[in-house]
Amino acid sequence: MNSVIEVNHLRKTYGSVTAVDDISLQVSAGEIFAIVGPNGAGKTTAVESIMGLRRPDSGEIRVLGLNPQTQGRELKQRIGIQLQQAALPNRLKVWEALDLFATFYGRSLPWEPLLEAWGLTEKRSAQFGKLSGGQKQRLFIALALLNDPEVVFLDELTTGLDPQARHATWDAVLAIRDQGKTVVLVTHFMEEAEELADRLAIIDGGKVVACGTPQALIQELQAGSRVRFTSQNGFDAAVLRPLPGVTQVEQHGRHITVHGRGPLLSHVVTALTAANQNPVDLHVEQANLEDVFLALTGRKIRV
Amino acid sequence: MHTLSKMTFVELKLKLREPISTFFTLVFPLLLLLLFGSIYGNEPTPFLGGRGNVDVSVPGYIAMIIGTLGIIGLPVALAEYRDQGILRRYRATPLSSSSILSAQVVTNLAIALLGMALIVTAAYFVYDLTLPAAPLAVIVAIVFSGVSFLAMGFLLAGLMPTASAAQAVGMAIFFPMLFLSGAGMPQAILPDAMVKVSQFLPLTYVVNLLQDLWVGKSWNVTAVLVLAGMMIAATAVSTRTFRWE
Ligand SMILES: Nc1ncnc2c1ncn2[C@@H]1O[C@H](COP(=O)(O)OP(=O)(O)O)[C@@H](O)[C@H]1O
Ligand SMILES: [Mg+2]
Repeated sequence: MNSVIEVNHLRKTYGSVTAVDDISLQVSAGEIFAIVGPNGAGKTTAVESIMGLRRPDSGEIRVLGLNPQTQGRELKQRIGIQLQQAALPNRLKVWEALDLFATFYGRSLPWEPLLEAWGLTEKRSAQFGKLSGGQKQRLFIALALLNDPEVVFLDELTTGLDPQARHATWDAVLAIRDQGKTVVLVTHFMEEAEELADRLAIIDGGKVVACGTPQALIQELQAGSRVRFTSQNGFDAAVLRPLPGVTQVEQHGRHITVHGRGPLLSHVVTALTAANQNPVDLHVEQANLEDVFLALTGRKIRV
Repeated sequence: MHTLSKMTFVELKLKLREPISTFFTLVFPLLLLLLFGSIYGNEPTPFLGGRGNVDVSVPGYIAMIIGTLGIIGLPVALAEYRDQGILRRYRATPLSSSSILSAQVVTNLAIALLGMALIVTAAYFVYDLTLPAAPLAVIVAIVFSGVSFLAMGFLLAGLMPTASAAQAVGMAIFFPMLFLSGAGMPQAILPDAMVKVSQFLPLTYVVNLLQDLWVGKSWNVTAVLVLAGMMIAATAVSTRTFRWE
């Protein structure tokens, strides 16, 4: 795979705050690359430096072979941008926005089909200020795709959306990738990165703390799985400790969590049956990116 | 060029959808003209050096529109776009910085010119305004003063932390300037002390420049120097202080 974005030793400070502290990464053509981390980690600063919207203190950036600082306007012809924080004039109508932005690009797609594709046809004459959060977001995606870009940057695409709108947006992101575009997805939702990313970089305190495919990162953690259940009547969870593969048993009142590896569930169920227990709410949880973040930083991503 | 004309056209449409902000430029001077015109008419009077009230006031109202443009109109428009993140969104496109700003300048300037045309037309038909002896010189002076005040507008836009601050400070600068400079009413009715104070207000020089040229006198050199100085200083400082976000 040829790489579309190359970043080496990127640094950016604001006064005494080091927002981005020596980040290097590489994004390949046609993949969804997620940049994920808690609020304030430096994701937006990093990605806006990559797009050429902020001036880094040091480091080397190439996007589509171009230097965003010196070849910014040429680059912006070829990339699509959805910013975390941006707006259009409140009185500007949806169709006017697309019609206006189309004149900014040397080559742009007809915007009627974009309106259709992003479910905005009914809202074409609505003013920006009167749109819902989800509709504004879809308009910004449509604007980001207007120039048929090779790389699309999406910063906190689903923040503020309800779960239903979020899942619809996830499908949309996959559809963008399936058109052959490279997608850089910035998010503080680990679940979103895990669901969508082909590869991802976890950023914390301005540094890349892990980079790879979601599966590889979770496997490297060797966190295994967890079995959770709620016991009905004074059950002594200690009987689960000697079971094969079990590494730890936690009991908080009637809530029990068994950590371990291998076929945990069948061992636990067998032991519970032998003890004449009818556990409620029995389920297995696989380790996820939240666990990876917890293991790497000692913190939960959302406090 | 296509982009700039499209963007200006869209901005003009937006201004029309937000009529209150356009009120000052278009309607306020017209109201003043009709108010004072109906009281004092346009008969020549010794009090105004043998000229009519409307003849003296119209160049002042034109100066007032130039003042509104630079002190309130442009800085508030730019600060609003910055506060809301609209400038950020435009900066994420291949548009050059100068195109983004030009569209704002051209739009605000167009409204100002429309305001001036309205005033002159109304004064001509209602009060028989005496038209300028050298129209071309007056137009050049209007453009020159306008550019000088636009530079001031960029300076204010950069210095003001928010759009509401730009609005409040703009008003606080504009109103005293309006009444002292001779733009809102003839300086002949002001006490001497106030006329002295007005020497420190840039708008006074726009009024002087336009009034002289209107009656066929030559270019007021002091006024030209003051306005050129303001243009150069404000441009130099604002390139440093202007902020996109
Ligand atoms: N324009 C700015 N001026 C000053 N500090 C900033 C600016 N942008 C971001 N920061 C600071 O840099 C750090 C990283 O911010 P940001 O890049 O927005 O992180 P993220 O997108 O991961 O939430 C934060 O501490 C933030 O307060
Ligand atoms: Mg961010």
